[in-house]
Amino acid sequence: MIELDETDRALLAALARDARLSAAALGRRLGLSQPAAWRRVRRLEEAGVIAGRRLELDAARLGFGVTVFLGIKLAAKGRASLEDFERAVTAIREVQRVEHMLGLYDYRLRVVARDLADFERVLRRRIMTLPGVGQVEANVMLSEERRPGPIRGTACDPAGDRGERARTTGGQAHGSE
Amino acid sequence: MAESEEIILGDLDRRLLRYLQAEPSLGHAELGERAGVAASRVTRRLARLEEAGVIRGVRAVIDWRALGYAVDVSLRITLEKSHPRAFDEFLNAARQVPEVTEIQTFLGRVDVRLGVIATDLAHYQAVYRDRILTLPHIADIESLMTVATVKADEALPL
Repeated sequence: MIELDETDRALLAALARDARLSAAALGRRLGLSQPAAWRRVRRLEEAGVIAGRRLELDAARLGFGVTVFLGIKLAAKGRASLEDFERAVTAIREVQRVEHMLGLYDYRLRVVARDLADFERVLRRRIMTLPGVGQVEANVMLSEERRPGPIRGTACDPAGDRGERARTTGGQAHGSE
Repeated sequence: MAESEEIILGDLDRRLLRYLQAEPSLGHAELGERAGVAASRVTRRLARLEEAGVIRGVRAVIDWRALGYAVDVSLRITLEKSHPRAFDEFLNAARQVPEVTEIQTFLGRVDVRLGVIATDLAHYQAVYRDRILTLPHIADIESLMTVATVKADEALPL
């Protein structure tokens, strides 16, 4: 596993907020030369710590007013039905996220729709007709916050500098305004 | 959400957003080539979409597993709603827990979901006992563990 120093963590935190920052801009912020900043970013990418980049769009402004989290239980279990279900569910455009869970239900889905009527259409025509689908629970999302996560603590000692972290994270409480 | 006015996208806007959703690091020249327009036109369109608040930015996606956080738990929480400030006080306290990576509120059987990560089960146990169970106004908690992420692009069906 990759070891991160303070500079790596600051770099990661900056890129998690804005991945379009150039190596030069990152370097200026963190007191590194441009090539040094670039090398560090490359190292984080190669270690898989930066898994990729995500374009953040304002769903509501694009007409997607409803996000629903679905908990799905499969009716007929078994290896074959899991694969059929996963293949079919990932092909649905309105399904943004699929996670296989251990607990109350088998899959957690994040579904986006234009409005509740559109969601109902997706649910009835696409989700309820998936192979093996059993019980479905829906929760309509009202608000969402992505938190920076334990970037500022060390991976093995997450009880690091708590006061500092509380201040930094508290300052960006509503990151989605 | 009330102040976010819906933007009507043209065909070119839609195509550019689709390409960018799939590959956020594409340059304007490359985008122009794919869409069959000049790079300068791509630059103008994207600037407009950004001004209109449609494009919020590009974020690096951190893979916490690569940093040793092997445990990923979804906590579904019901709050004691008889207390008028229950939501605010709970959310404020949850924001102070570094291992909390996501907070969503819902209309439904569940009030709040917390995404929580930990290095291993012992660490999770400690976070759960010392930082989660001590959050205010919890009436009920259900935990689910993520076994595998099958799809995570979070793209909009444009």
